[in-house]
Amino acid sequence: MGKVIVVTSGKGGVGKTTSTAALGAALAQRNEKVAVVDFDVGLRNLDLVMGAERRVVYDLVNVINGDAKLPQALIRDKRLDTLFLLPASQTRDKDALTEEGVERVIGELKKYFDWVICDSPAGIEKGATLAMRHADVAVVVTNPEVSSVRDSDRIIGMLDSKTLKAENGERMEKHLLLTRYDSVRAERGDMLKVDDVLEILSIPLLGIIPESTDVLKASNLGAPVTLSDARSAPAQAYFEAARRLAGEIVPVTVPGEKRGIFGKLFGRKAA
Amino acid sequence: MTKVLTDARSIRIKGRSFLAVVLSPDLPLDQWLERLDDLAARSAGFFLDRPVVLDVSELSIKKAELKQLIDDLAARKVRIMGIEGARPSQLTPEMPPAMKGGKPASDVEVTAQEPETEAEADVAATVSPAPQRQEAPQVRAIPQSLTIDEPVRSGQSIIFPEGDITIVGSVASGAEVIAGGSIHIYGTLRGRAMAGSIGNSNARIFCRRLEAELIAIDGIYKMAEDMDSSLRGHAVQLSLEGETIMADVLF
Repeated sequence: MGKVIVVTSGKGGVGKTTSTAALGAALAQRNEKVAVVDFDVGLRNLDLVMGAERRVVYDLVNVINGDAKLPQALIRDKRLDTLFLLPASQTRDKDALTEEGVERVIGELKKYFDWVICDSPAGIEKGATLAMRHADVAVVVTNPEVSSVRDSDRIIGMLDSKTLKAENGERMEKHLLLTRYDSVRAERGDMLKVDDVLEILSIPLLGIIPESTDVLKASNLGAPVTLSDARSAPAQAYFEAARRLAGEIVPVTVPGEKRGIFGKLFGRKAA
Repeated sequence: MTKVLTDARSIRIKGRSFLAVVLSPDLPLDQWLERLDDLAARSAGFFLDRPVVLDVSELSIKKAELKQLIDDLAARKVRIMGIEGARPSQLTPEMPPAMKGGKPASDVEVTAQEPETEAEADVAATVSPAPQRQEAPQVRAIPQSLTIDEPVRSGQSIIFPEGDITIVGSVASGAEVIAGGSIHIYGTLRGRAMAGSIGNSNARIFCRRLEAELIAIDGIYKMAEDMDSSLRGHAVQLSLEGETIMADVLF
């Protein structure tokens, strides 16, 4: 049975979809079968970021309503044969999702895939609660700023109360993915520092993704950053996060600090 | 029309819990009323001056039957202050208000005027056969507390009117903790904390680090901007002195 991950945040625009695609592609490159599921019915984006927007025939709502079978709706990635996308419907809204339908689809996906990654919509309403409901692990995407941190805190509270795991008295595994981190601005005090965010949210850190134009570039190319530019700093950070998700112990590096040390070394050599 | 504000003080609204007698009738009602009459005959005036709540949660009766029951009880001088466990469809505006959230307490003893046979003792409440020797029942409230081992997240509220709350973790911005007694936070208080919420001016708030949005003790509030900025970020104890919240930096 595969593991179900929900990528969630409460706040919009913090990088849930980008992170879903990047983590999905990173895990798939480890030769594990991955399905990324777009739960943002009505505002779907994951197909664009994955570069599959012209190949969508059936979607999640069709599968839930029984209009299509799951294999018909799944889109295999052109670059990685172990990566699949289940797109959301753009013409419907979140009310089209039903609890039983989602449970059935997730249950079926778990049988075929090692990882089922659910891209949650923003907000705390039905779409977000259904996306997290059947998850085994949650990745909470947060930007280093106060409103994002507070919304993440709210979502963590919901992960601990509204999910199936929580209702069965089990503990939901939660990880913090800090995105758009800029060490220079954090140092100047324009952004929250890593320690501040960790102190407020008090959940383990999965990774820190540095703020980078590579991420935007990759999204516009229709490729997860871990596929289009695997050597870039954000891609490396996502690869490390994926390894931690898979259970490896990899020390977390704060982006920028490493560069600081290199800078010092080079500086000394030049002198 | 201009509204003249005569008094700038705000009204203090508090919650308070009282002990009431709960009657839980069972079917058939005429037989239950008979047993009630029997009890009343042995302990005249038991229901006089006592707040009585009618618990109908175990009872499947219609609106008219409930109304009849209330009238029957009124005829026996039993005044109902509230109805617990009724469906909204059973209630009319003339009936006593619906009550919920009741907490169980110990049984109320019915003191009989003349000792009777033991066989009749299984009425709604315990009958003490020898009231002369019986001293007033000692009501010793068990101090209650609630301990929470994880952080209180934004949007969550922890409400415990029965006593103290201890939180091993932080209280996030946008979260609230409301206690009948004191509040102890082994972490940072960023949200709201309200101690002594049911009228306890001796309640206090303790926290490892004060970053609170709002604090209140016994209905007296203090917003973040009214707090002394030197307290921020410190371990603080808050208590009430008269009508003012006093703060002491701990350690």
